[in-house]
Amino acid sequence: MVSGPSDIAPAVADPLALKILVAGGFGVGKTTLVGAVSEIRSLQTEERLTEAGRPVDDTSGVAAKRTTTVAMDFGRITISDALVLYLFGTPGQERFWFLWDELAQGAIGAVVLADTRRLADSFAAIDFFESRGLPFAVGVNCFDGATRYPPDAVRAALDLDPDIPVVLCDARVRESAREALVAVVEHALRRSAEARTAVT
Amino acid sequence: MTPGWFDEDAGPVVRPYAMTRGRTRASGEERLDLIALVTALIGGAEELPADVALPGGQGLAPEHAEILYRCRRASESVAELATGLDLPVGVVRVLISDLLETGLVRISRPIPAAQLPDENILREVIDGLRAL
Repeated sequence: MVSGPSDIAPAVADPLALKILVAGGFGVGKTTLVGAVSEIRSLQTEERLTEAGRPVDDTSGVAAKRTTTVAMDFGRITISDALVLYLFGTPGQERFWFLWDELAQGAIGAVVLADTRRLADSFAAIDFFESRGLPFAVGVNCFDGATRYPPDAVRAALDLDPDIPVVLCDARVRESAREALVAVVEHALRRSAEARTAVT
Repeated sequence: MTPGWFDEDAGPVVRPYAMTRGRTRASGEERLDLIALVTALIGGAEELPADVALPGGQGLAPEHAEILYRCRRASESVAELATGLDLPVGVVRVLISDLLETGLVRISRPIPAAQLPDENILREVIDGLRAL
């Protein structure tokens, strides 16, 4: 111990940290959504190429390079003195999926952003969260100029279970981005309540 | 200063892992979660004690001091510290584990992955988001 007990700040309980992931295809608005509700920052992770992109990266001629840098968006929302919520924008490219496993661990859930002009881009994220049993909601980012479809049409097109929330949103607008996050947490809460009643 | 063969245009000549003395893994057995919260145990002191040595005998690097400075009043997550110091997460994990071993920081780990957050906490998150 470096300083005496009297120098130490009063013992306040550490806040609880929680996270929600924001996933979806490239250019679907993940960064915009995280930025709409929190101060956005970019995080660099260094990953070993053997795990990250062996089939993708041709490293012949760069024998010494064994790691690659992956950038991820993240933001912090301080809910209260006792609760901090972090948002992580998952890297869009499939070659970085090994990162998703770490991100998904312990997460409340995920928002999968979808663009109705390129719905297929969100299949991968939906499959990932379904297979891991992580609660998620689909946020249909209503881009200017894109045709609006009712949530049920999107649900059918994505072949989603009836309990998965589908919300129309504008990732640029704070209130709208916030509602997409609320939809995930409410879904996680319902799941938790169902699991509890199933046990008792 | 003796003129070297490189100048500022050469960019940084110290690779990030030089400040961890080449270590790419933290000494602790489990990997620090991105949202593990780090709190400095140096109280309100702006100056670091001069005689602090890391387990290997080395003194603190400026980056160690920067971490302590950033989380001296309120805790910061591993992810926030990495962006604050503009360093890759792997480097920051090693630096934090040095500080942990020296007893200069406290770490609060998130809820274990197998455990869902309490329903009351989820309700609190919903209310908090709505109040944004």
